[in-house]
Amino acid sequence: MTETNQPIIQIRNVSKRFGKVTAVDNISLDIRAGEFFVLLGPSGCGKTTLLRMIAGFELPTEGQILIDGQDMSLVPPNKRPVNMVFQSYAVFPHMNVTDNVGYGLRISGVPKSEIRERVAEALELVKLGGFEDRMPDQMSGGQRQRVALARSLVMRPKVLLLDEPLSALDAKLRAQMQFELADLQDKVGITFVTVTHDQDEALSMASRVAVINKGEVAQLAPPSDLYEYPANRFVADFVGSVNIFEGTLTLDEPDKAAVDCPGLGKVYLNHGVTGPHGANVWIALRPEKIYLHVPGKGKAVRAAAQDAPDGHNFARGTIKGMSYLGDITLYEIQLEGGQIIRVSRPNLSRHDQEDFTWDDKVSMHWRADSPVVLLS
Amino acid sequence: MSGPLQDWKSQRKPFAAVASVPVFWLSLFFIAPMTIVWLYSFGQNVGPADIDISGTLDNYKRATEWLYLSIFLKSLAVAALTTLICLIIGFPVAMAITFAAPKWRPWLLLGIMLPFWTNLLIRTYALMALMGTNGYMNKGLGGLWEGASWLRTLVGMQPLDAWTPVQLLYNNFAVVLGLVYVHLPFMVLPLYSALDRLDKSLIEASLDLGAGHFKTFMQVVVPLAAPGIVAGVMITLIPALGAYLTPDLMGGTDSQMIANVIERQFKRANDWPFGAALSFLLIYAMFILIALQSMRSNKVKEAR
Repeated sequence: MTETNQPIIQIRNVSKRFGKVTAVDNISLDIRAGEFFVLLGPSGCGKTTLLRMIAGFELPTEGQILIDGQDMSLVPPNKRPVNMVFQSYAVFPHMNVTDNVGYGLRISGVPKSEIRERVAEALELVKLGGFEDRMPDQMSGGQRQRVALARSLVMRPKVLLLDEPLSALDAKLRAQMQFELADLQDKVGITFVTVTHDQDEALSMASRVAVINKGEVAQLAPPSDLYEYPANRFVADFVGSVNIFEGTLTLDEPDKAAVDCPGLGKVYLNHGVTGPHGANVWIALRPEKIYLHVPGKGKAVRAAAQDAPDGHNFARGTIKGMSYLGDITLYEIQLEGGQIIRVSRPNLSRHDQEDFTWDDKVSMHWRADSPVVLLS
Repeated sequence: MSGPLQDWKSQRKPFAAVASVPVFWLSLFFIAPMTIVWLYSFGQNVGPADIDISGTLDNYKRATEWLYLSIFLKSLAVAALTTLICLIIGFPVAMAITFAAPKWRPWLLLGIMLPFWTNLLIRTYALMALMGTNGYMNKGLGGLWEGASWLRTLVGMQPLDAWTPVQLLYNNFAVVLGLVYVHLPFMVLPLYSALDRLDKSLIEASLDLGAGHFKTFMQVVVPLAAPGIVAGVMITLIPALGAYLTPDLMGGTDSQMIANVIERQFKRANDWPFGAALSFLLIYAMFILIALQSMRSNKVKEAR
């Protein structure tokens, strides 16, 4: 890893408005040299606009973007030290692979022998050796994407921008490309900035993720922090699947806290929250962090659990929905208060999915450090 | 998937039923008269209204004499110049429409097509009214001239001589201008349809890779718009080559084109066989142009 702390891209108070619509609303963030940075968000959140502003295809309405310390306000796209892989790949259909990859070098007047060398090297890097004379319409989507990647990498940019790089690929290929892109980034050491709406893509590839919502940064964190310590309901809900219960903060001490949720009962935590007492808060609980068992069977859970802040939390319900996904089974359980909670359970043995069925009465428990308290 | 008429080979009867009317129409009103004219071109006048189709090649021999061949070549040159000017004007226009806001595009296209809703004769006369010695063009130029003259008197110089109207009509310039005016939409529409299909991110990709706007235009836009350019050139060149009305009304004595010569044979000279031979020389020339174009596009397909 060539990661350092010096920011290669500095986005300072950048806003972009199209007429009355605000696509990007006063975003400031730094992207460090050598990192794999992902802009994650739902469609229309402004993430692509932000990427296009870095590339120079859109100009900020307000604020400035610095690349490697240089203000880019007056620098056109063809003079910026960044290259972009387009969502549609934008491989030139009238040129073969070699001419496509060598396009940028030809334009900037690099000697022919060097072009040949660097093109061959770039094709090797994206595993397209032997495809030199192919025309784009004789290639699959995945191969065209590799051409687009090689075409950008051959320019040795300071930053490689990728707009939804995997969205047009099928599921298997996407999973494979996630690994390959991360591997490639590690190999070439160039800063990657990727836009995606797919949380799996973001979590698997990124060193840091900026979750964008309605033109603003909802949270900027490494993938595991994003998942385990979401900053607000939007992030908790957008990244992964989650149960959210509204409640009141009734106990808040340095080493313990309690939230009274009308739908779920009292939820205990083994850490403080530092929120105002009596505040309206939300409990976020991931489905895989809830243990499920038949009351009276299986592991005994301490009966006094509900009174023990350092023990497990406890709830009862009835199974109302089941969805068998192979590796896990998803259950929708109606709590005694009527609300639905989602629980996922790994199928550790071949018959685990047969343990429960519709309308079974079940008990649930989860660790006191599993729920996350959200203030917004 | 193979519903009725999906494949004419397996659905002969319904296909024949649908095709028979247009085939009948074309045979009766296009192929038959063209065949008659074609046969006339091998005949000779034997009376004021009688033509003997004797199989003679005299008409063609006469048609290839320098007098006619030169007019023919001149027509080709005028048509080629018209096409070139249409291409130079039409390409930016087509690009402007492609990049215009989507809500404006239909109106801009309407603006391009609007002249078609007016009769060619009326459009030509309107243009002539504009370009005549008393027309608005001359009046406008005259106004500028007088303005310049007045400015000279302001700085104490001698005023210019009085404005003498420029002869804009009845010369080759007027013919080319009129032909460009009439044929511009034929060029813009195929160019627009080619440019509209062009993925805009290809242009952005080229800019992103360091190419300026001119290089992007030459390396990406023009090659990808090539089918539209070829279509536009063919669809402009062929009618311009056979133009009749524009040179007849706007041209001078030295700017007649081949269609005017043909018209004279059929009407004033009453020499139908010779007119027919000239007509068919023109048609052969067009066939050659179309054949060259389709051979070229086949080659492009094979190269893929």
